Amino acid sequence: MSAEYWVVVEHWKGQVSQITYEALALGREVADQLGASLCAVLLGHNARELAATLGKADSVVYADDPLLSEVVAETYAEALVQLLKERKPKGIIFPLTNITLGAGTLLGARLNLPVVNFCTDIQFANEAVEARCVLYGGKIESRVAAEGEPIIFGLWPGARPAEKGLSDRRPPIEEFAVNLPAPAIHLKKFIEPEAGDVDITQQEILVAVGRGIQSQENLHLAETLAKQLRGAVCASRPVIDQGWLPLSRQVGKSGATVKPKLYLALGISGAPEHTEGMKASALIVAVNTDRSAPIFNIAQYGIVADVLEVLPALSEAIESRKGVSSHA
Amino acid sequence: MNIVVVLRMVPDVVEELEIAPDGKSLDLEFGRMVLSESDDHALEQALLIKERMGGTVTAVALEAPEVDEVLFSALAKGADRTLKITGPKEGVTTREAAHIIAQVIASEPGLRGADLVLTGTQAINDLDGLMAPLLSQELSLPFLGIVTGLLPDFATRIASATKEYPRGVRAEFEVALPAVFGIQAAEKPPRYVPVAKVRAVMKSQKIDCVPSAGMEEPGLSLLQVLEITKPEPSAHSEILEGSVQQAACALCGILAERGLL
Amino acid sequence: MLDPAITSYLGVPGYAYLWALTLLSFTLFGHKVLRYVAVLREARKENRWDKPGRRLRLFVANVLGQRRLLAEPVAGAAHFIILWAFVLYALSFAWNLVRGLLPFLPIPWADDIPGVGLALELFAVLGLAALAVVAVRRYIFTPPRLERSFDATIILALITLVLVSSLSMQVTKVRTPELSLAFWWVHMVTVLGFLAYLPYSKHLHLLAAPFGVFFASLQNTGMPAASEGAELRQDFTWRQLFSGLACAECGRCDRVCPSVGSGYALSPKVLMRQVKEAVRISDGHKKPVRLLGDMVKPEEIWACTTCYACMERCPVFNEHLSVLLEMRRHLVSQGQVEHRIQETLTHLTRYGNSFGASPRARPKWTQGLGFRIKDARKEPVEYLWFVGDYASYDSRVMPATRAMARVLEFAGVNFGILYEDEQNAGNDVRRIGEEGLFELLLEKNRKSLASARFQQIVTTDPHTYHVLKNEYPSVGGDGRVLHSTELLAKLFRAGKLPVRHSLRLAVTYHDACYLGRYNGVVEAPRRVIDELGATLKELPRNRNNAYCCGAGGGRIWMEDVPGISERPAENRVREAAGLEGVRTLVVACPKDLVMFQDAIKTTALEGKLVVKELSELVAQAVGLAERSESHVAA
Repeated sequence: MSAEYWVVVEHWKGQVSQITYEALALGREVADQLGASLCAVLLGHNARELAATLGKADSVVYADDPLLSEVVAETYAEALVQLLKERKPKGIIFPLTNITLGAGTLLGARLNLPVVNFCTDIQFANEAVEARCVLYGGKIESRVAAEGEPIIFGLWPGARPAEKGLSDRRPPIEEFAVNLPAPAIHLKKFIEPEAGDVDITQQEILVAVGRGIQSQENLHLAETLAKQLRGAVCASRPVIDQGWLPLSRQVGKSGATVKPKLYLALGISGAPEHTEGMKASALIVAVNTDRSAPIFNIAQYGIVADVLEVLPALSEAIESRKGVSSHA
Repeated sequence: MNIVVVLRMVPDVVEELEIAPDGKSLDLEFGRMVLSESDDHALEQALLIKERMGGTVTAVALEAPEVDEVLFSALAKGADRTLKITGPKEGVTTREAAHIIAQVIASEPGLRGADLVLTGTQAINDLDGLMAPLLSQELSLPFLGIVTGLLPDFATRIASATKEYPRGVRAEFEVALPAVFGIQAAEKPPRYVPVAKVRAVMKSQKIDCVPSAGMEEPGLSLLQVLEITKPEPSAHSEILEGSVQQAACALCGILAERGLL
Repeated sequence: MLDPAITSYLGVPGYAYLWALTLLSFTLFGHKVLRYVAVLREARKENRWDKPGRRLRLFVANVLGQRRLLAEPVAGAAHFIILWAFVLYALSFAWNLVRGLLPFLPIPWADDIPGVGLALELFAVLGLAALAVVAVRRYIFTPPRLERSFDATIILALITLVLVSSLSMQVTKVRTPELSLAFWWVHMVTVLGFLAYLPYSKHLHLLAAPFGVFFASLQNTGMPAASEGAELRQDFTWRQLFSGLACAECGRCDRVCPSVGSGYALSPKVLMRQVKEAVRISDGHKKPVRLLGDMVKPEEIWACTTCYACMERCPVFNEHLSVLLEMRRHLVSQGQVEHRIQETLTHLTRYGNSFGASPRARPKWTQGLGFRIKDARKEPVEYLWFVGDYASYDSRVMPATRAMARVLEFAGVNFGILYEDEQNAGNDVRRIGEEGLFELLLEKNRKSLASARFQQIVTTDPHTYHVLKNEYPSVGGDGRVLHSTELLAKLFRAGKLPVRHSLRLAVTYHDACYLGRYNGVVEAPRRVIDELGATLKELPRNRNNAYCCGAGGGRIWMEDVPGISERPAENRVREAAGLEGVRTLVVACPKDLVMFQDAIKTTALEGKLVVKELSELVAQAVGLAERSESHVAA
């Protein structure tokens, strides 16, 4: 039996999430390098049709159970434990998002397998697998090797472009029966956020504010700029937590993932929890007083200055440019 | 409600992080340690629950630089007891730490019967696993992470927990107690405790200690860090220099070029 | 000559009526006053008997001499006359009362004593004229923050009646003695009535003010004695509660308060009234009086910039700031501080600076100066420069700090800094009410200072200057702590700073609160400006009358309150811009620099007014100016 590499499929509300395709893209590369087959593991209930989009993998293993309808880490882990009795992949790629967080660790702990979190890449050096990880809020990069198989990789969003994980091919589906004990955790209901006026995921230009905006009073500077650029204002977690903008404007791990043409990160440090939600933007410009802020690692352009000074200067520059062009 | 809160010290990233000569770990000689941010929230959530429905809060931590201040601060905020686990080796990973802490929780009287085990949902150095699911596995307790609201019920022994999902969605779960929770954010931001109060507590109360001897299991991590590096600052950004006005103009030019204006 | 005491009315001699009225009046008066005294005795003890000589001088100057009231000349002069008229009339009344109650005493009536009658008449006329002036001021040209209360109207009416009746009595004595007698009774009844009404009115200040002045705080910092804070009435000291009783509601405090000026929640006058109301509550101890919480709200307490203008102005030496700080201490002890303050305090505890930056980054501003600043921990220096947080960490202030360094080096001053071992000096920490954190910072700084050898300490930061000089025991005192402007003036005097490029322009200067009002350092900076060749045009509100920029008391670290139309700093820059021919506002404080730079932007005065720190101008004049950096990365 040839070697296997797994990607655990993350899906929610009837859709396969972006990060799964990113994981498939990465998994494909790894599997090809190893000469292994890539297998997408789909756990859910009445979710069979989701397998159709997973064609980047060589095959899909599907386990159906009512208890798998909403992700509870223990149930997921238990299902995988049962699957691992039959099959022995070399590695399992687990998306690290709010939805599946914890399941990878639980699986690793249960079966005494190595777990590598915060992965941004999997590479090979001298036949051995090496994980590339970011730690300390993005300030440290590390290369990590692991003992044991399978290695559980906790994958950070943005490792590969999601497009590379798509495929028209319909993969073969193998059904797998699981016998899951009733967990001690029950999902009662979802609480949707209040409908926001603006869907930031549909905006082409986003003016994002972070702690650097300093107070609710200064938001109008960002609103002005957003209006000039015909975009919308969004924010990182600290601003939302303070209540200065509604939840619908949050970008990042617990917020939305956006891919606008222009993302202006103002006074945002660039912690991974935020950048995972916007790093795929076409053009990222960052403004921060700290030259070593991680945001500058993903921005194409940067200005090292106080947001509260840059915003009015930028608005003015745009106005005068408009003035010039209207006279031209 | 008997609540155990697991606190961990992590390197403070406000300071410049220095890499040790071996290139595999951080040089913490001038660096400082700080309480992991979500652990602070876990402590706050525990105190809020205690204030609402009574019970005891015990804060547990592995020995580390500056942990004493954190534990005394916890006492000053209202924790009933603090427990420091002494003697673990330097640079213990999350998994190794969880193994030790779980044994202490399972064996120490007063912690054994905990209804809730709270800790932060994630720390910045959780390379080999997250504390909350690791503890739940070691203690054979159910686990729920990314929790932002927690309402336990004495009578029914069920806690209602709110978990965060993407796009601002949240979900309500029912969890049978005892259980382990990874706290993302407490219902209120962590409270302020005046320095005078902490100092008073330092004089009047003490931190209990328990040795970690015999509880350690080296190699539990199964990982080997080959190398750590600092990403080049602004490696990918072109910094627009000059005065604020000049930079703003330059940026305008760039946006115009790309048809974004 | 008719004698009212022995004249009979309805068969009863006059003195009998007088006794009855006197007893009634005294009982009403005494009962209320004793209630107040009981409340004060329940309050926290505080010894204000120290330095009696100094207190007596204060009394003479401010009670007898009415010094603070004369700062507003018209009202002050009128009040001076009314006061002395009152003194004369009170003495005369006391004499007459004794004579009236005890008619067998072989003493004349007061107005029959040679000279006294004339004096009484003279002061009646002067007094009535003064009353007319104050009435016009109060009712027609009402000054801001002065309430035309019913209470005030009654008082004015009563005083007028006292003087008119006395005058009428004198005038009618010879021609119509019965009428004179009638006026005598009117006069006595009015005064007795006045006395009975006194404790219920703001005019209690008549009695309370002299005591207030004598028992004033001699520190001139507004800092209350060590305490855990105050929430209930009995937690405050007797002198703090007494401020409520002594308050005449004149509104002078409000008129100079930056919080009132901008419409924030705090009014020092209202605070005093709340204290007074708290003292007046006498429901038989059913429940404790919660001054903080029930009466004074946290927004009021946090709105204070601790600029000291209220206490500096108050004619009865009330202690508004002291009361506020007690309540801040209590809020802090309960952990009830707003989010940004909490963050700042946590940063200070952890990193020793309010920016939350690494302590190791503190000396980064010294890089690229072209010379090495001495490390005072390693080698002895003459001047230890205690740099301060804003001067070290804030990129907007760094150019001024570096300018100062170059000036000192050029002048050949033997100076050094503490590098990473310097901590925030703690002035604003104390003013927020975090005494424990202040202790911590003080200890750390003392240790750092003990490891260094120096003669004097110098700083550019007035907050640092104030706390090191006044609140670090055995560090300040004996001229050991200097502000940079004092050192610069000294250097100019010694010829160490020859001016190469005289600054031929008109400037104005803002006196920082902690430099001017608190510590009286007003001439040194003016001397320096003069030496630079600049012409100084004074701001209308200057020296100890300067208007606060709004940063003090931790306010620079607090959330901005929405809906404020004009912040104190904006008001101040407009005041500066209003001076003919002036385009430069000179400051000697890092926080002023930052506040006014911001205010110039938000008031759209860019291009019309620029704010400069004095050290930058000195560097320029002496020929040391560096190419200016508009923003500097840390």
